[in-house]
Amino acid sequence: MASPKRIGKIEFGLLSPKDIRKMSVRKIIWADTYDDDGFPYPQGLMDLHLGVIDPGLRCKTCGNRASDCPGHFGHIELAKPVIHVGYTRLIRKLLRVACRECGRLLLSQDEIHKVLGPEDERNEDVISEKDIKKERVCPYCGEQQLKINFEKPTTFSEVMTDENGRKIDHKLTPADIRARLEKIPDEDLQLLGINPEVARPEWTCLTVLPVPPVTMRPSIILENGQRSEDDLTHKLVDIIRINQRFKENQDAGAPQLIIEDLWELLQYHVTTYLDNEVAGCPPARHRSGRPLKTISQRLKGKDGRFRGSLSGKRVNFSARTVISPDPNLSIGQVGIPLAVANEMSVPIRVTPFNIEEIRQMVLTGPERHTVNSPCGANYAIRPDGRRVRLSDMTRENIAEMLEPGWAVDRQLRKDDIVLFNRQPSLHRMSIMAHRVVLMDGKTFRLNPAVCPPYNADFDGDEMNLHVPQTEEARAEAFMLASVAENIMSPRFGGPIIGGIHDHISGIFILTHQVRWFDKKGVLYLLRSSTPEHLPKPGKVEEGVEYWTNKQVFSMILPENLNMLYKASSCINCEKCKMENCERDAYVKIIGGELTCGVIDKESIGAFKGKILQRIIRQSGLERGRQFVDDVTKLSIRGIMFDGFSFGIDDEDLSKIEYGQIDEVLSEAEDDVERRIRIYEEGQLEPMPGRTLEETLEMQIMQVLGKARDRTGDIAGRHLGLSNSAVVMAVSGARGSMLNLTQMAGCIGQQAVRGERITRGYEGRTLPHFKKGDRGAQAHGFVRNSYKSGLTPTEFFFHAIGGREGLVDTAVRTSQSGYLQRRMINALQDLKVGYDGTVRTSGGRIIQFRYGEDSTDPAKSSMGDPVDVVGIVESIIVEEV
Amino acid sequence: MNPEFEKIVDEADLPVKTKNDLKKHISDHKISEKQFNEIMERIFEEYGKTRIEPCEAVGIIAAQSIGEPGTQMTMRTFHYAGVAEINVTLGLPRLIEIMDARKSPSTPTMTIFLEEDYANNRDRAREVSWQIEAAHLHEFGDIKTDMVDMHVEVVLNKDVCKKRKISVDEIMERAPKKIRDRGHYRDFESEADPDHLKLFFYPKDMESYQNLFTLAEHVRNVIVQGIDDIERVVVRKENGEYILYTEGSNLKGVFEVEGVDTSRTRTNNIAEISEVLGIEAGRNAIIDEALSTLREQGIEVDVRHIMLVADMMCMEGEVKQIGRHGIAGEKESVLSRAAFEVTVNHLLDAAVANEEDILEGVTENVIVGQPIQLGTGDVKLIAKRTS
Repeated sequence: MASPKRIGKIEFGLLSPKDIRKMSVRKIIWADTYDDDGFPYPQGLMDLHLGVIDPGLRCKTCGNRASDCPGHFGHIELAKPVIHVGYTRLIRKLLRVACRECGRLLLSQDEIHKVLGPEDERNEDVISEKDIKKERVCPYCGEQQLKINFEKPTTFSEVMTDENGRKIDHKLTPADIRARLEKIPDEDLQLLGINPEVARPEWTCLTVLPVPPVTMRPSIILENGQRSEDDLTHKLVDIIRINQRFKENQDAGAPQLIIEDLWELLQYHVTTYLDNEVAGCPPARHRSGRPLKTISQRLKGKDGRFRGSLSGKRVNFSARTVISPDPNLSIGQVGIPLAVANEMSVPIRVTPFNIEEIRQMVLTGPERHTVNSPCGANYAIRPDGRRVRLSDMTRENIAEMLEPGWAVDRQLRKDDIVLFNRQPSLHRMSIMAHRVVLMDGKTFRLNPAVCPPYNADFDGDEMNLHVPQTEEARAEAFMLASVAENIMSPRFGGPIIGGIHDHISGIFILTHQVRWFDKKGVLYLLRSSTPEHLPKPGKVEEGVEYWTNKQVFSMILPENLNMLYKASSCINCEKCKMENCERDAYVKIIGGELTCGVIDKESIGAFKGKILQRIIRQSGLERGRQFVDDVTKLSIRGIMFDGFSFGIDDEDLSKIEYGQIDEVLSEAEDDVERRIRIYEEGQLEPMPGRTLEETLEMQIMQVLGKARDRTGDIAGRHLGLSNSAVVMAVSGARGSMLNLTQMAGCIGQQAVRGERITRGYEGRTLPHFKKGDRGAQAHGFVRNSYKSGLTPTEFFFHAIGGREGLVDTAVRTSQSGYLQRRMINALQDLKVGYDGTVRTSGGRIIQFRYGEDSTDPAKSSMGDPVDVVGIVESIIVEEV
Repeated sequence: MNPEFEKIVDEADLPVKTKNDLKKHISDHKISEKQFNEIMERIFEEYGKTRIEPCEAVGIIAAQSIGEPGTQMTMRTFHYAGVAEINVTLGLPRLIEIMDARKSPSTPTMTIFLEEDYANNRDRAREVSWQIEAAHLHEFGDIKTDMVDMHVEVVLNKDVCKKRKISVDEIMERAPKKIRDRGHYRDFESEADPDHLKLFFYPKDMESYQNLFTLAEHVRNVIVQGIDDIERVVVRKENGEYILYTEGSNLKGVFEVEGVDTSRTRTNNIAEISEVLGIEAGRNAIIDEALSTLREQGIEVDVRHIMLVADMMCMEGEVKQIGRHGIAGEKESVLSRAAFEVTVNHLLDAAVANEEDILEGVTENVIVGQPIQLGTGDVKLIAKRTS
């Protein structure tokens, strides 16, 4: 339940010594923690007034047990003031801008006017150190100012001139500094941007140190029964010890030198207690040599309090396991193992209308053995808010007691709404709401068509699952985050969900050219899709009815669909042959009937999905979801009809082709040799703005690149659409003709940073070559194909090129991750107002109309506010 | 097309692009009035549906839309499409560069369009390029270092000067001046001898050979023609006109050269554009650069997202970085800044200045555990059920 109270604001200020003493519940004077019996020392660092962490004890301040006591602050009275490291820069500034005698700002009223303007026109500008000239005379008391030196981490000194005109550094003790800061009047502080009400500058020189509650620095008991204290406690022990010694020495009237040493030591301990990574200060270390994690380190960085604990919160009702594919699920569903479903629960309130149903659940209890068993419950929540675990002993009793006002934690069952997520969560489609399907096994199951938004695959990926616990959360999850709502990506206004890999190969094979299926075939194909009636057969031969493959596909299209476009297998001929295209790449759909053309990546693929996009615009997201479900199921059936496989012999070429490839490569290598000779003879004409070597390198790369492409053409001529790799490449399912070239023809030039490989030994890449050899083989040209196998030197060059790719990916992920974090942080507060403007959280206007036309990119058609082509095509049906 | 239809389309309350698309697509067909009315009705219906909803967290969507494809981009510096001679940073490094609002990009380059008279004439285009390309003195003649008489002697080549359209006097006047101004080297005297096309440089310190050689180096490399920052110019013919591509960028200098079409010429240095042409031009430059960087990588991102980022960067009237030293570091909320970077300093400074966090943003409310003020969390008016 959302609390009706809101935190209005948080104010920041400094704690004054008075405040610290006021909030303190105990003065701490002993450096010891526990006595021999394991009981905390009174007035020690683990004093029972500061809160309790051991079970069984009660806090002496609030009387609560460990679980309820929030902890209370204590304090240490320091023998002499010490400087707060975080404020050294502020102290330096104040010492430099304020008079050393009277404490006034070193500017006369006129000068202040000059810098800030007249009193009634002042804005938020403040006086900075630069506005004051160095070593001047105080305009109020006439005192000559001295130069203030600051040495890291916490030493301040004044440069004085003695009788002989020599300059001497006079050290300022924290007590001196505190005295000077005290003198600065409130009005002058305001001009410096300091609010004296909450932050008097002398408070930055600590005289009292707050001792954080034990709950914030709990000690842990190791396996051997020994206590191990928190880093902060260790540091506080050091501070108290030195402080105690300091006091004793001071009272005994110890010489100045010893006092100064102890003072510095106390300063060191307080400094490292506040921040253990200060420049110019050796970090305090644990006995083992590990630097201590003190207050600053707790707050800082990725796993610090802010980024680690406050901005990123942990939750209950979540599960994580490996994912695996299940093409028979709808894209809006997720398969959940029984073990997970039994553990996760949804609270439901008992009402007169559902009491019987819930009673049954309570009776069933927490154990459910099969997917089809009725769902049980794990806990019952009594009207007073107490939770009771349901067990064999209690459940019958509780079922009796059940009445309206109770609530029960019910186990997950079919069609519950859950949130499904895969890291890294780079965009909002990384978390979507699915409906539960209970399944055997131990993995989460999802339809492969939802892999693109999650960027998931099944090579061992794990995903997270969250169960919304309130009706409001479920409603929002379903209405805003469900898979169907997220088919259209806000990034570019097109579908991000669609067929992948085998879906595309399958639908391509099924719809390519014209094929006839008998009734058995058609029913096999459409078995798991929605259509219930068969259309009129395309032809009847000898009393047997036949349907075309295009008719089969048309069955899953909405009836009012009219489209005209080119498939991704189109090669952009100069003159389009339209219906007579030999690649069948001219797609025409009229009245929901595919009349010609093949269906491939352009039509149903993720990120492209022309048909899917049009269906969503005309019939809505739910119909779009239905289409994706149908088309993926149909294509899986389609690919199973013929079978689809790829093996090493699919890369076989005939003798003629191997001869041709060999010839092309030898020719290219000879050409390279020839160009090198021209270069060595000094006959090479350099390209404008390039050196001779660069020109030669570019020419060689070009020649070898062309040779590789030609081997690809030769291989491609041999391998037609009967080859699985070609089908995949042409339909856009996976891979390209380049991959096929490398498998069957020639791998080609290996490159590092876009250039041939030149590093290695002096004057050569490997000892296998002559020094100064510029030939193709010596600089990473791989003549073989993956099928024929690489020679040792080729293999080595290939590894060099491959390594670059790996390094590239590693660097890229960290860089783009940081870019995204920065962008999110900069833009996260922007929202569209009710007046259509885009504003920051402070109400500043960034845009008067969002995107200049108020169009939501997620609802747009590839960025256009209206899909004009779609509307015109749907109304003016193309006449054949 | 039926003029009556055209009038209706023109008067409709729709974006210009939609109108143009519509005209283009219905002009090919013969359509009846009934069909036309149906089309218009459907268009208005769809236009209404695609309006953005209030409270939508457009900032987060924009950041995700640009950040998410970042993982798919390459890291490499590629050659510019078509112009093999000029290297340009592309891919993720370029995108980071744009968002960082660097003072100058790692590979500054300009695309200079020419006015009509120059654009169609190769020789005249070449002339403009000479006015722009920084040319060193050694390109105009021979430079001799005379170690006996301790001086540097320059013999200018009249033909080269004539070819490059620069007078000998001009070179003789400019060279010593430039060495003093640009090279920050002053220990020399110079003497011109225009009749023999000679220029002499004498070091002040007649004893040191090292000095003489330093002087000779300065003389060799002094830029006597063109604009200092532009190291190279390539002339190319594209779409029937000559275009200059440069390595190095100096918008102001190029604008002053005769023959340059100032309305089309552009540079990839965003800071320079906003300085010379103003913040609105800078904003458009960010959009263009980011969009073309993404498009070159084959990544489709809606302009609206990039516009939002650009508008945010230019909000204050100068181009601000996305990050610690820009937008993120200047936010009003203490907690939000502390949760981003340099946590401790923000907290300490906030205490002294007595800052208040009014918990309006996203991170602040996440930190204190309240619903955030975006989307459904921002709806404050709820109807009371009347029963």
